[in-house]
Amino acid sequence: MLLLECPYCGAKCEETELSPGGEAHIKRYGPGSSDEDFEAYLFMRENPKGVHFERWRHVYGCGKWFHAARCTQSLEVFGTYAAQTFEPPQEIKDKISGKRPGWSWRDFS
Amino acid sequence: MQKGQSKMSNIQTAMNGVRAAGYVDVSEAPATGMITLRGDLSDAGVQKAVKSVMGAGVPATLAVKDADAGQILWMSPDELMIVCAYDQADQMIADLIAALGDTHSMVVNVSDARAVFDLEGAATPEIIAKLAPIDVKSMQTGTVRRTRFAQIPAAFWMTSNDSARIICFRSVAEYMFNQLRNSAQAGFEVGDW
Repeated sequence: MLLLECPYCGAKCEETELSPGGEAHIKRYGPGSSDEDFEAYLFMRENPKGVHFERWRHVYGCGKWFHAARCTQSLEVFGTYAAQTFEPPQEIKDKISGKRPGWSWRDFS
Repeated sequence: MQKGQSKMSNIQTAMNGVRAAGYVDVSEAPATGMITLRGDLSDAGVQKAVKSVMGAGVPATLAVKDADAGQILWMSPDELMIVCAYDQADQMIADLIAALGDTHSMVVNVSDARAVFDLEGAATPEIIAKLAPIDVKSMQTGTVRRTRFAQIPAAFWMTSNDSARIICFRSVAEYMFNQLRNSAQAGFEVGDW
């Protein structure tokens, strides 16, 4: 069972109260972009064993989208943070570094 | 006589005030006024308008606030639910819209689009714990939580230590009543409360 804290209402939500939104921090490439960029935007995902960043929506609660940083192997949750950001806040990165030294995910580490 | 309401119509709640007595009593509340207010709750204009009309300000996150004529429920960072007497809702909405003025917001009467159920009995939290995936023991009087009850979305708050009020969509009122009644029937006690 996965428990995530919604950063907007502070409620601790069980997985079934949430709706998964796939991988986080994907940059959108639209009309006019190269085929390679568009393909990467549509299809290329990290699917890591370990540190991962995801989007979730508190669908049965306040309805807000948010981000979560967690470990796909142990289901440990490092933290959740607001959706209005292009990269994880330093505080979350520090927390992960404390527990998984040397981690990296896409351009973040 | 409310605007838009014909002389012929009688107010009808979703389940006709149905009741079920179990180890916790389940009943549908009489017609209740419910107003959805959407707008940025951190906005000074919204806060001022709510305060001036309701006599109480915007509640804190996940809180229920008692107002002059009803209660204000925190639903999300940009949504409030105002619970009041059924026949006061339209006037309250007019007052809110006037007070909000040009502030980016929306006020809608959802009284007839929701169903309201009351649970009463010492084991009330147990009934909720059977149906919703939340830590009911952390729910105190005066806090509201939107969650799911089995397969449907709902909001509830503890009105006292041994009673709760639940709001769900009117279209799923029967499902809500049935699952509450089944969970509360005598002989189905878990005994945790």
